[in-house]
Amino acid sequence: MSGGWQRDGYEAVIGLEIHVQLDTASKMFCACPNRFGDEPNTNVCMVCLAHPGALPVANAEAVRQSARVGLALGCRIPAASEFSRKQYFYPDSPKAYQISQYDQPLCAEGSFHVPGEGAFTVRITRAHLEEDAAKMIHAGGDAGRIQGSAGSVVDFNRAGTPLLEIVTEPDLRSPEQARRFLTLLRATVVAIGASDCDMEKGSLRADANVSIRPIGSAGYGTKTELKNMNSVRFLARGIEAELERQLGLVLAGEEVRQETLHFDPATGGLTSLRSKEEAHDYRYFPEPDLLPVTQDPDDLAALAGQLPELPVARFARLTGAGLPEATALLLATEVELAAYYDELAGRVGDAKVAANWVMGELQAHLNAAGIAADASPVTPARLAGLVGLVVDGTINQTSAKEVFQALVEDPAADAAGVVEARGLAQVGDADELGAIVDGVLADHPEEVAAFKGGREQVIGFLVGQCMKASGGRADAKALQALLRERLSA
Amino acid sequence: MADVELTPDEVRHVAALARLGLADEEVERLGRELTSILGHVNTIAQLPIADVPPTKHANPHGDALRPDAARPGAPREEALANAPDPTPEGFRVPPIGA
Repeated sequence: MSGGWQRDGYEAVIGLEIHVQLDTASKMFCACPNRFGDEPNTNVCMVCLAHPGALPVANAEAVRQSARVGLALGCRIPAASEFSRKQYFYPDSPKAYQISQYDQPLCAEGSFHVPGEGAFTVRITRAHLEEDAAKMIHAGGDAGRIQGSAGSVVDFNRAGTPLLEIVTEPDLRSPEQARRFLTLLRATVVAIGASDCDMEKGSLRADANVSIRPIGSAGYGTKTELKNMNSVRFLARGIEAELERQLGLVLAGEEVRQETLHFDPATGGLTSLRSKEEAHDYRYFPEPDLLPVTQDPDDLAALAGQLPELPVARFARLTGAGLPEATALLLATEVELAAYYDELAGRVGDAKVAANWVMGELQAHLNAAGIAADASPVTPARLAGLVGLVVDGTINQTSAKEVFQALVEDPAADAAGVVEARGLAQVGDADELGAIVDGVLADHPEEVAAFKGGREQVIGFLVGQCMKASGGRADAKALQALLRERLSA
Repeated sequence: MADVELTPDEVRHVAALARLGLADEEVERLGRELTSILGHVNTIAQLPIADVPPTKHANPHGDALRPDAARPGAPREEALANAPDPTPEGFRVPPIGA
């Protein structure tokens, strides 16, 4: 399933461009707050509104966080990088150029390994720092607007906020690989703390360059660009739809046109974003208002040493602890689940037991409630209390499920309290169990006879009856043993 | 390096990139002037400076970075004061691509 996308003699060639909004306090080139969701045009100043004569000064933290991401992506961090101006006219760009980086990016050639079944490696072309554009609020829905005279309203709060653009080589061979790569990359950037990578808020945005070519050929077909996909799942679906579209064209003897496309997840359709005269003549030149950014090798070594455990290393650690690969990958890359698991495993002290609970009861509850792990009322601390009672034999699995449900329903409850209030403590005592077993055997003479006549599977029924008689609290192992003992007497 | 002569089409392309509308006689005049400027650059390019790294900045010391501390921006009324067609919240611009 993680092999390449191959149809009718053609294979997929996919590269990604990923924009990460860096989680700094201030903007890239001025001290305005870098904050999402504020009232329009309340975080603006002369610099990010491009008043004449206002000068940019680069944000040290944005540079530092970008270097950390670059190091995690195996990039070379050159001793000096510089900013350049990328010229274009659009109302979201107040200066009529964007400060970006061109031939001297902050992070150069890297490579990123995606582990697990069908592991693969993606070469990173570069990662460079730039400023984000303003937000256009397109007129339309507002009452009182006169059709035709409305235009758009520009909100410059986002203008000048720091963006790290990560560009890959066209090394991805299927939509599934693109999904896996982006999931792992996102988890990596979140682990580093450079961004929350919330795709719904737009703090992680991905464009995909998609083409197909005859299998085994070394050249590239004409590529199209899928713009601004805002979820990992839609990215994979959009690429899949575009590959099918291109294959249809090629098989019909037509040519793929180079264009920019928008994927609509609601309809699954692709629409061409009228190539704005497509003459991309950005006339990059060095930004004269900013000095080059230099990197000291010792500082870089220190930064590299201070990186937290990254998802790739987590995956190795979790598989090393005996977790299945699929489980380890999920717990290494699903950001909220990973944090939850870590805390639970730390409290429980057993990687496998913790993983079983997270993948079982917790996931079922999260799916049913439609929430992320960090929003669950069953915190790792509360769940650890429950797991402890199972591990030490106080309650059995059946009761544990009931207690879990009680923890979901009552955020104030704790596992030990629920067990006590509901009398769920396991019945393992030989006398008490013996009485239950004797009662059940006396009530079911036919089954007892059947068992003695060789129908061994009847024991399952008898265990069930005893469990029922115990109110679900019997120690299942002790019960089995006792039943067998009595039946063979 | 031979002298470069800008064609009228090249002049119009450069003008279009800068969103300048040029009359035909301006195309002719600016073509001449730009050609002369490029000729001068060509002259400089003939100097033996292959081993001299480009001076992109007058300041030879890198790094003028700013600590990541935020402070409030301008009041919105002030930010919008010079806008030709503001709404109470933002900068209205003409319809795009119409």
